[in-house]
Amino acid sequence: MNRRTWLKWSAAFGIAVAGLMGSGAQAQDTIKLGEMNSYKNFAAFLEPYKKGWELAVEQINASGGLLGKKLEIVSRDDNGNPGDAVRIAEELVTREKVSFLIGTFPSHVGLAVASFAKEKKTLFIAAEPLTDKIVWDQGNKYTFRLRASTYMQTAMLVPEAAKLKKKRWAIVYPNYEYGQSATAAFKKLMKEVQPDVEFVIEQAPPLGKIEAGAVADAIAAAKPDAIFSSLFGADLAKFVREGQTRDLFKNMPVFNLLAGEPEYLDPLKDEAPVGWWVTGYPWYAITTPEHKAFADAYQKKFNDYPRLGSIVGYSMVQSAAAVIKKAGTLDTEKLVAAMKGLTHSTPLGNITYRPQDNQSTMGAYVGKIGLKDGKGIMTDWYYADGAKFLPSDADVAKMRPAQ
Amino acid sequence: MAARPSGRGHFFPSFFPRVAALLANIVIQFMNGLAGASSLFLVAAGLSIIFGVSRIVNFAHGSLYMLGVYLAYSLIEFFGRSSIFGFWGGVLGAAIAVGLIGVVIEVLVLRRIYRAPELFQLLATFALVLVIKDAALYFWGAEDLVGPRAAGLRGAVEIMGKRFPQYDLVLIAIGPLVLGLLWLLLNRTRWGTLVRAATQDREMVGALGVNQSGLFTSVFFLGAFLAGLGGAVQIPREPAQLMLDITVISDAFVVVVVGGMGSIGGAFLAALLIAQAKAFCIGIGDVSIFGATLSFTKFTLVVEFVIMAIVLVVRPLGLLGKLQGAQRGAATVEPPLYPLTRPFWIAVVGLVALLALMPLGGDDYLLVLLIDIAVFSVFAATLHFLMGPSGMVSFGHAAYFGLGCYGAALALLKLKLPMELALLAAPLASGLGALVFGWFCVRLSGVYLAMLTLAFAQISWSVIYQWDAFTGGSNGLVGLWPSEWLKDRTAFYLFTLALCAASIIFLWRVVHAPFGYVLRAGRDSALRADAIGIDVRRFQWYGFILAGVFAGLAGGLFAFSKGSISPETLAVSRSVDGLVMVLLGGVQTLTGPVAGAAVFTWLQDSIARNTEYWRAILGLAILVIVLAFPQGIAGFLKQATARFTSAREREVVR
Repeated sequence: MNRRTWLKWSAAFGIAVAGLMGSGAQAQDTIKLGEMNSYKNFAAFLEPYKKGWELAVEQINASGGLLGKKLEIVSRDDNGNPGDAVRIAEELVTREKVSFLIGTFPSHVGLAVASFAKEKKTLFIAAEPLTDKIVWDQGNKYTFRLRASTYMQTAMLVPEAAKLKKKRWAIVYPNYEYGQSATAAFKKLMKEVQPDVEFVIEQAPPLGKIEAGAVADAIAAAKPDAIFSSLFGADLAKFVREGQTRDLFKNMPVFNLLAGEPEYLDPLKDEAPVGWWVTGYPWYAITTPEHKAFADAYQKKFNDYPRLGSIVGYSMVQSAAAVIKKAGTLDTEKLVAAMKGLTHSTPLGNITYRPQDNQSTMGAYVGKIGLKDGKGIMTDWYYADGAKFLPSDADVAKMRPAQ
Repeated sequence: MAARPSGRGHFFPSFFPRVAALLANIVIQFMNGLAGASSLFLVAAGLSIIFGVSRIVNFAHGSLYMLGVYLAYSLIEFFGRSSIFGFWGGVLGAAIAVGLIGVVIEVLVLRRIYRAPELFQLLATFALVLVIKDAALYFWGAEDLVGPRAAGLRGAVEIMGKRFPQYDLVLIAIGPLVLGLLWLLLNRTRWGTLVRAATQDREMVGALGVNQSGLFTSVFFLGAFLAGLGGAVQIPREPAQLMLDITVISDAFVVVVVGGMGSIGGAFLAALLIAQAKAFCIGIGDVSIFGATLSFTKFTLVVEFVIMAIVLVVRPLGLLGKLQGAQRGAATVEPPLYPLTRPFWIAVVGLVALLALMPLGGDDYLLVLLIDIAVFSVFAATLHFLMGPSGMVSFGHAAYFGLGCYGAALALLKLKLPMELALLAAPLASGLGALVFGWFCVRLSGVYLAMLTLAFAQISWSVIYQWDAFTGGSNGLVGLWPSEWLKDRTAFYLFTLALCAASIIFLWRVVHAPFGYVLRAGRDSALRADAIGIDVRRFQWYGFILAGVFAGLAGGLFAFSKGSISPETLAVSRSVDGLVMVLLGGVQTLTGPVAGAAVFTWLQDSIARNTEYWRAILGLAILVIVLAFPQGIAGFLKQATARFTSAREREVVR
């Protein structure tokens, strides 16, 4: 045997052994769900998210589990790319024999797993991806989405924006699908309520790489009356700081999607831009009993306050539990049927998965940013029910492909 | 119109303020560009100095920058964010700390592998990127850390009626200041003379009795210090976050290459050029030409790579680059490849037959993993075909993989071709891409060639990323499932195995065909090959296209195995994965890339499943492999068996 032969055989042997090691035994007394997310790529959002679903699993099992079995979540990191995500979905379904899939964060990963779910006829509850396409243009029978989408959150800000009767708008958005959809939705909805509106400048910096000073100066040079932004994370923080140093936001109304979420607001500390209209999550001020119960349990278990991610993770498992209870079985087709119109309680109130497009009616909080004790908070806020910010059923039917 | 007063007197008052405003906007954007250039220059200068002396392409340079930002954040908090000393003490302290981390890296890791084959060090620095990222996550947490404003420089100054941050004025000064200091250090000190000498010919410097390891360590300190400083001075402008390493490293590479490898002045010029181009793209905004709107702000996504492509096509050594002396004694000259013998082919057939029996095991996921391994083996084998026999390193090989993905996907979705024909579109699309890009690339060599491939990959990526209507934009395309007869996993596995095995075997055959000999001759001595009448460039171009064609086929198979694709299939990370696979397996063996693809894919799959800090573990695993087998896995096995056989032969003689 020559050296290459030897190498080949040993490589083959290694692969075979590796394969055999991976296959584990199946426990019969648990219900397994496959959860996957881009934990390392979006750690700021997904660490609280993981805590959220862990809490929900613990509570469900403490109160007797589901269908007389314990609930178990098999969690994986999908590395933030669709190729790995689909491989992991295969692993969860074929090797771990999970009943269905939950999770995902970035839109392209969510869409890839949705396509997988349709092909392999597996239920998939997409928790976080905001893309409108996952329930509309590329929606499918097996995929359901929990969070309020880009369109819905934009629609929630439009009534407040229209009230100002500002004519000249500047738009800044991260240059990828989320930012593009938010911008398109904003322009369309604003034109409907205020036909004379003008969009004087659009800035589309690359995600995570905004040249904030130059963008702020370019916007100032266009002399807008108001700004609509869908920046978040580090891009938002840089834009806020450079804009403030340059006095861009003096007497300038600004609307910013997502900026009220603790994940993105808290890092700004005492520089939180007071007066901006945002969507977000004022956990410190919500007094409904269902939210209080959740927040207390969360703080007790983790000694930390909940972020929006915590809500998403927690509610996602609540949805999964509710659908299993309603269907009374783990048969995929029956689960999918049960998801249609499924209503259950979450820390944000009751939500329903709409039968016409598999979108949940989970809403978001709309309010203005204020400062308290050197920290950004949301003031004048109210809960915008997701059900009220969706296109008409006819429009939805037009967008969704025939099943 | 008639009601409007006309005439000269009224023209000027409305004209002048407008010109003045325009001028003010231009000046302000120019200042923004200057401020942006400074930090970019610092990082690039560090990268350039390290490369000049050690010839190490330091992938972890962006990670050192990121550490600079994080450390500055912590140190300023520690010293007190409101005092001037606290701020600048924190910035300087962070830079020195990063410099010391650089020393630790050099002494513990890189020093041990200077004599490994070219580019092998790249693998070690890639492993460091993974380790440093997880270390930063462990120490500083996941949330973005917005740094303090600079004490004493919080406000803005008025420039032509516009407010400009005071701190940015300081940044504008720091760039030229560091450039001057570096010039003095390199040209007016003994240490600088030694560094310049080592950059020219490090063997000779060693022969003259200069302590090389001390010199290398100090150079690494300086390079890392500059990266740390570049990060630390950004703390009032850039929140500390875990993505910084990747965003910075590609920018820094571009600046170094556009400026000319090893040229500090060139790096400064290139940083200015790129930062100004970005600022003005933002300043210009949307422009309507013949009714179509051209968005310059979207162009910022890719502007630096377009500049790099243009510069490299026009000036193959960058703006101020000089031809560098040949590297001597770094690695032993590559031994010629062994001819493929009968036992080798028997083994290959045996392995393929064994793999074909895998479905009998009944483990469906094993098949999924093997499909991935087969696809990436082809991808790695094509990259190896370029890097090894053809002698052209590619940093942007994912372009052809991705073009294959999109070629197949678009043929299926837009042309409504059946899956089998759509799969043929994959190598066609990638081959076409390689034909065009390769024509430019083969005119360069070494790192410049590698960076031009990266530029083309990034340009293709950005087009696909932004062309929503055609390519699905950032979301990609879904619904790419195989035909009915291949829907069964076993069937698709066997189909993939057959195509991949055939592709790899074909590539191996080509290496030993006259065409392969010509490529290897061109690699080993372009001059001699030229002298015996070989048109080296033309054959390199053919080789480039061939590699592109098969990389595309791998991409097509990948698309149908996943059911969806996204621009990530041609992103930098995919190219880097390919490099890691080839280097891990060993560049100097034919079987190396296959072994590397198998080990890397398997490691990633099994480690990611079992541990939270999987990136650090993967990085450490690669480091162990790098330090234990500096010839790559296959190279190590080859050496081991060679030692074994020669020992046996000796016994026979005895």
